[in-house]
Amino acid sequence: MGAQLRVYKRRIKSVTATKKITKAMEMIAASRVVKAQRKVAASTPYATELTRAVTAVGTGSNTQHPLTTEAETATRAAVLLLTSDRGLAGAFNSNAIKAAEQLTARLEAEGKEVDSYIVGRRGVAHYNFRERKIAKQWSGFTDQPEYADAKTVAGPLIEAIEKDTAEGGVDELHIVYTEFVSMMTQTAIDSRLLPLSLEEVAEESAKKDEILPLYDFEPSAEDVLDALLPRYVESRIYNALLQSAASKHAATRRAMKSATDNAGDLINNLSRLANAARQAEITQEISEIVGGASALADATAGSDK
Amino acid sequence: MAAELHVELVAADRSVWSGEATLVVARTTSGDIGVMPGHQPLLGVLESGPVTIRTSDGGTVVAAVHGGFISFADNKLSLLAEIAELSDEIDVQRAERALERAKSEADASAERRADVRLRAVAAR
Repeated sequence: MGAQLRVYKRRIKSVTATKKITKAMEMIAASRVVKAQRKVAASTPYATELTRAVTAVGTGSNTQHPLTTEAETATRAAVLLLTSDRGLAGAFNSNAIKAAEQLTARLEAEGKEVDSYIVGRRGVAHYNFRERKIAKQWSGFTDQPEYADAKTVAGPLIEAIEKDTAEGGVDELHIVYTEFVSMMTQTAIDSRLLPLSLEEVAEESAKKDEILPLYDFEPSAEDVLDALLPRYVESRIYNALLQSAASKHAATRRAMKSATDNAGDLINNLSRLANAARQAEITQEISEIVGGASALADATAGSDK
Repeated sequence: MAAELHVELVAADRSVWSGEATLVVARTTSGDIGVMPGHQPLLGVLESGPVTIRTSDGGTVVAAVHGGFISFADNKLSLLAEIAELSDEIDVQRAERALERAKSEADASAERRADVRLRAVAAR
């Protein structure tokens, strides 16, 4: 076997091995998307009921709460960025990071100081590499987030917003995550979580023309709101974590699918080249034999004379 | 047929139980509260504790609920909890072990959680 042909054969072998790996990763990601979607669906009843309850307190009483009152001049804001722990997901992480950077730039243009809170090793690595300050970071659960994880993330954020701005608290909380629109579409979006505008929440709760009854609050509207709002924030963060996980798996699936397709193309091209090389080798051998034979024939013909 | 109310018991990550009931007893921060059909609209904060649901076919469902809310309107009752377990889902031995461990480590919240689980099983 010629040197050229051997090189092609070796490359085909290695690309085939890579293709097998990416194919397996594609299938794993596909099954995880379904699982993640199911988790999103399972968390929906809690989220809807909670939204309903928040709307009920918000519209049924004139309670003021630090989590709902807008600071007159907001000077500090927190941005929570949700990324994944692992890459190999196409532009998933860079899109989320880009969205967070745009949001940060916008907030800074408005004269606000921005604290960055980051979930996921990818985002943390990105910020560390650029030596930007991270207020707090979490990682290790982005593939399959549990409610407890959302609680650990929400805790310091709620604490920060309840603190006075002068003491290092924040006035606003924004969240940047990747919304799972469909298997094919995931978009990085940012939304303001706090202060909560109750009107917006009311608009979000599905049945618009439904008139909420006058609730009897137990023990009091303030206490209910006190307990309700942190839970609401937690549940929103939980939902964002779940959507981000589902999006990550969908992005991985897509990236691995194109990697598999590319590997297939590469194998086809390489086999063609290998065939051509083999053919060239054979042609060369034939011409060598023919040339040799005719030279021999010429030589013997000459000696006969 | 006796009047009924529709109950939804949902935890943060799943729907635990839903069905028709005639009476629901839960523990709010200001004391135990019993809700029967036709109760006035109510929104309360729940303590950790067992929730007893008397179903319309005469059975009883007990669940251990750790923190959450109770809301009632239009004969629909929602129990929202971060963690909720039906009494028949609770592993008694595990809860007992957890209780002992919590006692030895003086972890008050873990002790209360385990205690609530055991009480929910006992009330079954």
